[in-house]
Amino acid sequence: MGSTYDARPAAILAEGWGWRHAGRPQPAIQGLDLRIEPGERVLLLGPSGAGKSTLLHALAGVLGDEEDDSDETGSLLIDGVAPRAQRGRAGLMQQDPETQVVLSRVGDDVAFGAENLCVPREEIWARVHEALDDVGLRTAAGAGLALDHPTAALSGGQKQRLALAGILAMRPGLILLDEPTANLDPEGVLEVRDAVRRCLDRTGATLVVVEHRVSVWKDLVDRVVVLQPGSGGTSASPGKSAAPGVLADGSPGKVLSEQRSMLMAAGVWVPGYVPPTRARRTGHSERGHSERGNSEPGAAELLLAAQDLAVSREKPRRRGFKSIPPVPVQSGITAQVRSGQALTIMGPNGAGKSTFALTLAGLLAPVRGQVSAAVELSQGAGIDPFTWKAEQLISRIGTVFQEPEHQFVTGKVLDELMFGPKHLGHGQERVDELLERLRLTHLVDANPYTLSGGEKRRLSVATVLAAHPKVLVLDEPTFGQDANTWAELASFLSELLDAGTAVVSVTHDQEFSSVLGGTELQLGPVPQDRESRQEAGAA
Amino acid sequence: MREALTMQGSHAVLTRANPLAKFVAVFLVSMVLALSIDWVSASTAIVAELALFPLAGLTLRLLWHRAWPLIIAAAIGGWSTAIVAADRGAVLLDVGIWSISEGSLELGLGFMLRGLAIALPAILLMTCTDPTDLADALAQKARLPHRFVLGSLAAMRLVGLMAEEWQTIGMARRARGVGSHGNPLQRLKATLGQSFGLLVQAVRRASRLAVTMEARGFGGGQRTWARESSYSLLDVWVVLGGLIIASATVLAAVGAGTWTFVWR
Repeated sequence: MGSTYDARPAAILAEGWGWRHAGRPQPAIQGLDLRIEPGERVLLLGPSGAGKSTLLHALAGVLGDEEDDSDETGSLLIDGVAPRAQRGRAGLMQQDPETQVVLSRVGDDVAFGAENLCVPREEIWARVHEALDDVGLRTAAGAGLALDHPTAALSGGQKQRLALAGILAMRPGLILLDEPTANLDPEGVLEVRDAVRRCLDRTGATLVVVEHRVSVWKDLVDRVVVLQPGSGGTSASPGKSAAPGVLADGSPGKVLSEQRSMLMAAGVWVPGYVPPTRARRTGHSERGHSERGNSEPGAAELLLAAQDLAVSREKPRRRGFKSIPPVPVQSGITAQVRSGQALTIMGPNGAGKSTFALTLAGLLAPVRGQVSAAVELSQGAGIDPFTWKAEQLISRIGTVFQEPEHQFVTGKVLDELMFGPKHLGHGQERVDELLERLRLTHLVDANPYTLSGGEKRRLSVATVLAAHPKVLVLDEPTFGQDANTWAELASFLSELLDAGTAVVSVTHDQEFSSVLGGTELQLGPVPQDRESRQEAGAA
Repeated sequence: MREALTMQGSHAVLTRANPLAKFVAVFLVSMVLALSIDWVSASTAIVAELALFPLAGLTLRLLWHRAWPLIIAAAIGGWSTAIVAADRGAVLLDVGIWSISEGSLELGLGFMLRGLAIALPAILLMTCTDPTDLADALAQKARLPHRFVLGSLAAMRLVGLMAEEWQTIGMARRARGVGSHGNPLQRLKATLGQSFGLLVQAVRRASRLAVTMEARGFGGGQRTWARESSYSLLDVWVVLGGLIIASATVLAAVGAGTWTFVWR
């Protein structure tokens, strides 16, 4: 019972389809003509604002309600029926792994969709086991995760695979992936991609995936469709036979070679192409230079040093009247930050890279060891950055967080940039310069929360730099960014380095690290596993 | 606080009982205790509750770790009652306007024990009940609407995430120059700003989670349940146990002549 995958692959047909979200003047997508045959595997590309996510949401049947004032034009059908009218025919995976998990136990989470589709109990469990097998979270021999394993203890890649299992348990004919790997580290990306491939091979389901990183998906898909931004009925690209709303359509090889320059201009990560960036001034780009550079007097002043540091995000815990220090996620870290030099922190997920960077930046208290600021940097504020007042900190060490929205403190781009300088009693010169340099001038009156991903990233870097810190710390600055923003950011940081700012960045991105040069600090995997840590904490 | 709500792989007997049965038992005991302020009924209940600890996988050490603020609050409550209550019987201690008499000491002791006796079953219930099982029981047995129950359960998972997010936003804002310094008004403003940031993130997360749930077919009128919430013989014992403890406390207090209705 239920041991075979019995769902037919779905066909998609869009005819003059468009959608305007409630409260927006312009449609997100308009006049789209697209036919996808059962079992096809399609990579959907296009510049931001081309309505890719809107299309996926519509296919998943989660777009809008009849009562709100959104607008649909034309028709979009799965197997000739409206997506909303057939729950479970399509399964959708989104970008943020935390919100792809619904329930707190692995087995329950996979069963959730099947329960909602009123599948009988015995068959649900057969499907759960099978789906977990398919995504590689449980082997046929029964090894792997127990059904009551807590979902909170899974890594990002495992969470996405769990979401895929939950989708498979619904037996959909169409699998929709909306930037499924944008928030994952390189290992997680491959883990998810391979799980998707296995599932498609077994189920034969139709696939539509939206993703910037083409190289990850190009061998898995058999067709690439490039959507036209703000598409208005007529195709603007001359001499192309593509349908309205579609810029290019064809096999991956054909589209990627014919449309290469257009895709590159749109910020798509085309395989085998690293966007050009500004080179560091001579002598800086070579790796390992910084160690030798110590001998050059005055060239690179020591600003900040970590000595045998143990780090954790957790505060000391209270056990009754006792205070117990947290178990560090990483220990024994020694590093130096010098003016005009880059320090790149690399290593697998969970190795405490971000935690170390935040401790170095004076935002977390060290568990053991010490962070000490040289007089050059501290300027009389004391040796330990963690004890500095907030306004003392921002003019010395600036930290750019992974999620730009975490750092927005006002309702307007200009106020956002002026916030630091105003508190420090500085003028607007630096702000004007940054607005110009990071192409934010036309956005000064916009609300920071309404910007695009790339604009938010540029703004968050600009706001921190407005306070003129000597050390800049960035946590995964290139995560989920398109190729254009990537190149812009890397070039800008290389300029800052040459101007004497020290740049500390946490990243998985080898290319990015190469552009900045300087020292790479590799943090190893944590020796004790998660469970033994928890036990130690709970004892 | 989060760990206080989890069972951490406990295999105690009471974890297998139906959450509704446990709830009924706890309700019975608490109701009876709420009726009287006297130390005999309260201490009878406490003794019985302590005896149940092993069945719920709870130890005194664990209790102290998890519930020490409650225990201290109960002690302080008892102490202040002893000091401020009207004197009755021999005065044991008299310092200026504060005095402790036999009568007020008895009242204070009763107050403290009653607080503990009512708090303990609730802690016991939390220790041995998984939120998922509770949701199953509420939707399948108590027939609460499943959209509401499962929605709350999914939202509860986000609460833990929000706690981490609060810390991150706090650091991110310090990195922007918004610090926990200055006068109380400035601090209040900073906290309000941080709350707004958290609210924005919470709404973002919640709407994404809602899309995930809807895309998995959630929101229809009917659904099946992968796990059946069922009653067993154990549940009869649980309710019976609650009934026995409740009656024992009344009998002990009436027998000792200490039973005092709260409204007297």
